[in-house]
Amino acid sequence: MKTSLYISLQRKMMFITSLVSLAPILILGGTIFYQFSQMYREKIEEQIEYRARTQAEALDLFLKERTAILAAMADTHSFQYMSEGKHLSEIFEVMNRRAGAFVDLGIIDSAGQHLAYVGPYDLVGLNYYQQPWFGEVVSKGIYISDVYLGYRRLPHFIIAVRRQENQNTWILRATIDPDIFGNIVRAGRAGKTGDAYIINKEGIFQTDRRFGSGILTSSDLDPSRFGSRTTIIEKRNGLGENRLYAGTWLENGKWLSVISQEITEEMSGLFATRNAVIAIIVCGILAIVATTFITTRLTLNRFREADKKLNELNAQLVQSDKLAALGKMAAGVAHEINNPLAVILQKTGWMEDLLTEEEFQGSKNLKEYITSVKKIEEHVDRARKVVHGMLGYARRMEPKLEDVDVNQVIVQTISLLDYVARLRNIRIQTELAQDMPVTASDQAQLQQVFFNLITNAIDAIEKDGWVRITTRKDDSNIQVDIEDNGPGMSDDIQKRVFDPFFTTKEPGKGTGLGLWVTYNIMEKMGGHVTVKSRKGEGTTFSVNIPMVVPQKK
Amino acid sequence: MDSFRVLVVDDEEDFLETLVNRLQKRSIDTVGVKSGEEAVQNVKGKLFDVILLDIKMPGGMDGIEALREIKKIQPLAEVILLTGHASIETSIEGMKLGAFDYLLKPVKLEELLTKMAQAFEKKDAHDQKIRKARLKELMRFPGRVFDHEKEDK
Repeated sequence: MKTSLYISLQRKMMFITSLVSLAPILILGGTIFYQFSQMYREKIEEQIEYRARTQAEALDLFLKERTAILAAMADTHSFQYMSEGKHLSEIFEVMNRRAGAFVDLGIIDSAGQHLAYVGPYDLVGLNYYQQPWFGEVVSKGIYISDVYLGYRRLPHFIIAVRRQENQNTWILRATIDPDIFGNIVRAGRAGKTGDAYIINKEGIFQTDRRFGSGILTSSDLDPSRFGSRTTIIEKRNGLGENRLYAGTWLENGKWLSVISQEITEEMSGLFATRNAVIAIIVCGILAIVATTFITTRLTLNRFREADKKLNELNAQLVQSDKLAALGKMAAGVAHEINNPLAVILQKTGWMEDLLTEEEFQGSKNLKEYITSVKKIEEHVDRARKVVHGMLGYARRMEPKLEDVDVNQVIVQTISLLDYVARLRNIRIQTELAQDMPVTASDQAQLQQVFFNLITNAIDAIEKDGWVRITTRKDDSNIQVDIEDNGPGMSDDIQKRVFDPFFTTKEPGKGTGLGLWVTYNIMEKMGGHVTVKSRKGEGTTFSVNIPMVVPQKK
Repeated sequence: MDSFRVLVVDDEEDFLETLVNRLQKRSIDTVGVKSGEEAVQNVKGKLFDVILLDIKMPGGMDGIEALREIKKIQPLAEVILLTGHASIETSIEGMKLGAFDYLLKPVKLEELLTKMAQAFEKKDAHDQKIRKARLKELMRFPGRVFDHEKEDK
């Protein structure tokens, strides 16, 4: 009946307990993880920025050295001297010996004519006047080209310096070995997914890259997003990986040195931490949920038991209250009824007295009068018995304590009833515990209790049967069972047997007060009497007497 | 049974009248009064052997108070308390104050007569003891017979 209530209560308790215990763990876990990942991210960015900067410095240094040595050669030798192939070869050797990475070297006059050349290609006699770089080197003095294919159809870049000698302007031009330059760039590639390359202002690859199409193809990076210092951006590339890109402009202002790294690789340490955190939180949640479930169940079971006991107690209290109230009322009613009964009895007595007088002796209805008066007296007597029965329980206000042997009281009571029982062929059997202690109780009241119960049993059987009386004791109680094989009672009747004036006997045969008085005597004594019965099988009344150690006198 | 003097005190007029009638019919010298105050007045004027006293009476004086007063005036009169109620405690209190016994209403006349006879016997025995004691005293000091008479008056 109340199960749904308990289930909803259980749900509420579990929900609230889980919420209160889980919320902090989740918030704490989330916050710590967030802070931790922020820190981790900062570290990674710092690291990649550092790598990008050192890479750019190395490249800058490389280009600066090449440019410086080229400029120094141009400055220290005359056009006349350099134009001779023999001398140019010597200078080329010196340059490669001191700095390296030069593929070829050539002298170009102010008209763009390639006058002398040292290198693997046959480039003498070519005119560069139309080439855009030629104009730039003439106007700026130093020029580093983008990577281009040029006449030789191979990706390469050149460095050119201009020399002003008297009225004569000439140009010293060198090709840088793309392999050596590429090796320096490649040195920046870290880890399994790290990449390093150079793109120009238009986003064209100047060196090859580790994955995907290489040199001179267009990059999907937008160089304008990189600022003057090392800039880090995060971008999802074509393969669906999130990558960090750290870009630094080289000093020539044309090239962007890029270091890139896949985030997941760098973050793997963090992910391991995250997994550990998640595992701990999940375990915690499971533990909390399990604990919540178990404690809630335990608490609710306790509740349920307590509730059940409370209900039983309430039922007992209601019965006691009901009987106490009825007792008070009965006493009041008895009081009001006794006076009229006393008057009636006196009046009928007076009538009897008068009937003995001579004038009435001759009356033909004398006998009728006498019978009627007797009948009135008889019924007043019946009413008196009922009223005194009701008062019977009120009469003994304080049970007086004396040393009582319960077994002996039972034996005495049986001796009073044995004759009646034998007349009706009813056997009274006893199974009395041998070690029954002497308890402090009220012998007369106990006797009344047993008398009432045994009489009831005999009346219930009517004829041919048995009554069995069993006594036993436990630590604090003496229990007496009075069992009969009478017709038993229905549940409805069982509920009402202790109510005053409730009787199943014929009108005039019972007052319906015996069990009520019994019940009240036992309650006052601190014990109780209960009934168990099944229709057609018999009835057992159990009397529970609290054991009180007799006081030494 | 010797004839003895009885006072019946009960506020229930029907009961009182009938009981007095019945006792008188049995040649018992009976007076009936309706309240504690009247009972006290009667006791002052006349000696009674047995007094039937209803405990619960409306008005000023209830049975227990009347009993207290009566015992002051006539300590030797035996009082039987009549109670119609659950007021057994007051009956017991009355017994402590010197009542002979108590009876629960309604009571049959036979029962009442038996109880009254017992009370009278007790009173009579008591009286005789006192008489004997006085007799002895008079034998020793005959002059005191006059004191005694004075006392009686």
